[in-house]
Amino acid sequence: MIVPRHYKEMPQRYRLQGNRCKACGKVFLPPRLVCPCGSEDLEDYSLSWKGKILSYTIIRTPPTQFKYQKPYAVAIVELEGGGTVQCQVTDTSLEEVEIGKEVEIVFRKIFSEGEAGIHCYGYKCRVV
Amino acid sequence: MAVGIIGYGAYVPRYRIKAEEIAAQWGDDPEVIKRGLLLYEKTVPNQDEDTVTIAYQAAKYALVRAGIDPREIGAIYIGSESHPYAVKPSGTIVAEALGMTPEIHIADYEFACKAGAEAMFVCYSHVKSGNMRYAMAIGADTSQGAPADALEYSAAAGGSAFIFGADEDKIIAEVLYTYSFTTDTPDFWRREHEMYPQHGGRFTGEPAYFKHVVSAGRNIMEMAGLTAKDIQWAVFHMPNGKFPLRAGQKLGFKKEQIEPGWVVPWQGNTYSGASPNGLTATLDSAAKPGDLILMVSFGSGAGSDSFIFRVTERINEVRDMVPKLWDLIHGRKFYLTYGQYAKFRGKIHLNPDV
Repeated sequence: MIVPRHYKEMPQRYRLQGNRCKACGKVFLPPRLVCPCGSEDLEDYSLSWKGKILSYTIIRTPPTQFKYQKPYAVAIVELEGGGTVQCQVTDTSLEEVEIGKEVEIVFRKIFSEGEAGIHCYGYKCRVV
Repeated sequence: MAVGIIGYGAYVPRYRIKAEEIAAQWGDDPEVIKRGLLLYEKTVPNQDEDTVTIAYQAAKYALVRAGIDPREIGAIYIGSESHPYAVKPSGTIVAEALGMTPEIHIADYEFACKAGAEAMFVCYSHVKSGNMRYAMAIGADTSQGAPADALEYSAAAGGSAFIFGADEDKIIAEVLYTYSFTTDTPDFWRREHEMYPQHGGRFTGEPAYFKHVVSAGRNIMEMAGLTAKDIQWAVFHMPNGKFPLRAGQKLGFKKEQIEPGWVVPWQGNTYSGASPNGLTATLDSAAKPGDLILMVSFGSGAGSDSFIFRVTERINEVRDMVPKLWDLIHGRKFYLTYGQYAKFRGKIHLNPDV
């Protein structure tokens, strides 16, 4: 059952609400309890909705929920102001997906749970 | 107390299908469609887009223009005939994603193509009554026309969001008058569990669209003591390119007064987001401080809500803060084949996932 997990992760999936280490400034999404620097002093932090593609891969054999979207790119996006997210690249031709390309984060339906389950929304990115 | 729009935004998807592509599929003459209905291409939602994601993006742009804390908004109403759930509101998802919850009143509206204008009407009334400081109205749709039906050339995806408020320094377009004209007219409908709507063919014209739109336009102008010469810009619901021009003509408007919001030839009919997108496009392009704008929605079933707005100086401050609708319509876009379009819109019968 995906409902409890989806509900619990809404702040990070809907609003990019992560946290930031007060000691070293590192930003996390999903939020962490302990920073790799050893500090447990972290504050809430909303990540930026703009960034650049740090790396990407093309998915040609996707999981069941995504099979009608193939082929598509999944990118690691370095966000302005710190932090990275890994997400699908949408509204973009595969030829346009390049390392360093500017992207905006967009709110999209990630997948629907079967024929009758909930729609799970979250973030993707698209080349601007 | 002056009440009006303090923030607005619109969104349309990047995907398109041309009238020629649909006509080739069904053996229609594309020139007849383009010349007769004045429809050239329409927006198509990506596979990950729906009324919720479109409403979200329009609302996000509206919040930027309003420059207010989302938690100060007292209500969010989304008008649509393509809410993703039969039971479960679209508004809760949009409000949660924009950080407006939990102290907010939420409802989804439905009235064919005028649900967005309904939401505007109620939001305006909430602020006017002093019930809440700000209220957000959204009209958004990803509507479907049955394959081979004339509606397939028009049913498109997009929407607009408007935040109403009474802060005089924030008002972009003050609401001067509102009026509604509604009867029981079965011109277009969709029964429960049906995928595509049915319509009354030519019956959708005179007794439905024109009767309601022209009455709502004429009566609000009479109420205001204004004629088409006193109003700079007019927006009428746009089921196709031809109807709004003819409705405007009947009310004494010239084509030039309608063109700034006449997005339908390149966008299609965004249903609950149709007249709202026309208003947004007008604010985004031609509207100058002091101008009056007439907006008349139409929803089959049938009814029209009309508004007269007066644009303020603030339009010049907020217009360029976010992408403008005409730029989204004519900007980056991807054309689909009919096969891709059929897949995107879920028109193909597939085996269940195993």
